[in-house]
Amino acid sequence: MKGDDAGALRVAIVGSGPAALYTAAELVRVGGQDVQVNMIDRLPTIGGLVRAGVAPDHADRRQVIDVYEKLARSGGRFRFHGNVEVGRHVSHAELLAHHHAVIYAIGASGSRPLDVPGANLSGCHPSSEFVGWYNGHPDHADLPVSLDCERAVVIGNGNVALDVARILLKGDDALVSSDIAAHAREALATSRIREVCVLGRRGPAQAAFTHPELLELGDLEDLSVQVDPAELASVDWRSDDFASTLRKATLETYARSRGVPNARRLLLRFMVSPIEVLGRSRVEGLRLVRNRLVNTSEGRVTAVPGERSDVLQTGLVVHAIGYRGSPPQGLPFDAVSGVIPNRGGRMLDGPGGKPRAGQYVVGWIKRGPRGVIGSNKLCARETVRALMQDAAAGGLPVPVRGGESFSPLIHARQPDVVSYRGWKAVDRFERQRGQGVRPREKLTRVDDMLRVARSVA
Amino acid sequence: MTYVIVGSCVNDAVCTEVCPVDCIQPAPEAGEFATTEMLYIDPDVCIDCKACADACPINAIYPAEHLPDKWTAYREINAAFFRQRMRS
Ligand SMILES: Cc1cc2nc3c(=O)[nH]c(=O)nc-3n(C[C@H](O)[C@H](O)[C@H](O)COP(=O)(O)OP(=O)(O)OC[C@H]3O[C@@H](n4cnc5c(N)ncnc54)[C@H](O)[C@@H]3O)c2cc1C
Ligand SMILES: NC(=O)c1ccc[n+]([C@@H]2O[C@H](COP(=O)([O-])OP(=O)(O)OC[C@H]3O[C@@H](n4cnc5c(N)ncnc54)[C@H](OP(=O)(O)O)[C@@H]3O)[C@@H](O)[C@H]2O)c1
Ligand code: SF4
Ligand code: SF4
Repeated sequence: MKGDDAGALRVAIVGSGPAALYTAAELVRVGGQDVQVNMIDRLPTIGGLVRAGVAPDHADRRQVIDVYEKLARSGGRFRFHGNVEVGRHVSHAELLAHHHAVIYAIGASGSRPLDVPGANLSGCHPSSEFVGWYNGHPDHADLPVSLDCERAVVIGNGNVALDVARILLKGDDALVSSDIAAHAREALATSRIREVCVLGRRGPAQAAFTHPELLELGDLEDLSVQVDPAELASVDWRSDDFASTLRKATLETYARSRGVPNARRLLLRFMVSPIEVLGRSRVEGLRLVRNRLVNTSEGRVTAVPGERSDVLQTGLVVHAIGYRGSPPQGLPFDAVSGVIPNRGGRMLDGPGGKPRAGQYVVGWIKRGPRGVIGSNKLCARETVRALMQDAAAGGLPVPVRGGESFSPLIHARQPDVVSYRGWKAVDRFERQRGQGVRPREKLTRVDDMLRVARSVA
Repeated sequence: MTYVIVGSCVNDAVCTEVCPVDCIQPAPEAGEFATTEMLYIDPDVCIDCKACADACPINAIYPAEHLPDKWTAYREINAAFFRQRMRS
């Protein structure tokens, strides 16, 4: 960091996922050296869900982190404070006291609950935990995952559901060159799973997954992707839509294919909802009900449960039915939409309420848990534009504390704070451990990360 | 020849900013950008300058004849996007 901070616009960004990084880069683009950024993350690592969500066999996508880190740091006045949780080590009020503006980019790291009896049986996992487990998120590295059954079931029809199904079925050879957490690689190497059922509550035309992810399933070795042709027979496709055209063709190809003898199977089933997770002490089955589709008066297609139900035997259920944010104490939250209430990135004191001066949101906690990595870029532009307009209009409160007192405060509260250099040491260490076989071998425990980070402190 | 975007695209539109002939679509200014699954290159307009491939942060753009095996379907998918557009 160059110079002192007199005259600088001091901004705290909470989070270090793509929304945070795009925001920092955009602040530098429009404000140059006049903007000083303190980026705070509860983990010692930078990247958010790009590190801990994006699938290990899609690790090429993680390169966005490097690119945006560079841009964020190009103004020369960027600081990272890792292993610091807002709401625990430092409060929202303290951030405000030290900065002209505070931007929340905390994402949505929890799962929407699966609201059926038996959902908390062992062997039934929300995607946030299961994905965190295979990606080595320190919160989930110890998740007790058992792969000792022939069939697994994934509930939900989004890209996360397809990620989970793919990882469960991808052979060891393909995962060896990925950056999957070592504990997950080992568990999957002795997995007994031969079949994964992915369950959509609506029809193929309403599924939330995208075509690239659907098409990729067909490329997996030793795997048959199966769709019951009867499920495609009466689908009302929107023919004008390019993505629907591709989806229809690919699903029809899967429905026609006879499959590879003795291969593992991935079954895409539609119009079924879980109604009960069965089992005494752990998951033994899942009771499903067949749905039918109904057009609502608002033009939406919804699933309505019918009469017929059946039971799938399974020992592992992962529900990938969407994510949910939970902001730290003292911040407004709209429990219905799962976001911090805001208008174009300006935080409001409640849904439809008044703006809170100097407080902003960006990314999933602003828009809800939807959209790909790049969606956060335009979102960050909008938030930064609002902030800069407020700054120009004299609408930002003057911080009561000087900028130089922020780092000492953090150090006092969290002696194990990880600096940018500390994170880069972890990053380098992980890449070296990959030994050219895989992009990196992740550290999955905060203590181990701290040991490496301290080596450069 | 043409360049081709493959399925790992994360829609961050760095490529559209550098393309000299605006053949990468949908661009962020278009309403369609918010819902598109990925971006596509129009093979009839691309002048093969490689600027997009150099700019893409995640290497999701390849020359059509050097597509890695797992992405070969994307040559046709990129072209089909523009054919369907012409029709509608
Ligand atoms: C399983 C999964 C796979 C995905 N795969 C892809 C993909 O392949 N391609 C793609 O384009 N998109 C993918 N996405 C979408 C993409 O990851 C999101 O669009 C993006 O990560 C959202 O960014 P964000 O910055 O808002 O949140 P996040 O990435 O979640 O970042 C939030 C950050 O805030 C930190 N934080 C939270 N609370 C606090 C606190 N109180 N104090 C300090 N720090 C805090 C967290 O530790 C985290 O680092 C995937 C999403 C998921 C869930
Ligand atoms: N490009 C990639 O590779 C990639 C990978 C992962 C994630 N992402 C992105 O990250 C975002 C989040 O992904 P996501 O998969 O978590 O969410 P999502 O795309 O919103 O999908 C959630 C799925 O769960 C279903 N669902 C919700 N409640 C349910 C219930 N009670 N019972 C049964 N099914 C239920 C939804 O069905 P309804 O539609 O009927 O509600 C939907 O199919 C998405 O924008 C996604 O594209 C991208
Ligand atoms: S190669 Fe050049 S002309 Fe072709 S899409 Fe890329 S930037 Fe545009
Ligand atoms: S730069 Fe790469 S990842 Fe970004 S939109 Fe273009 S092709 Fe997709």
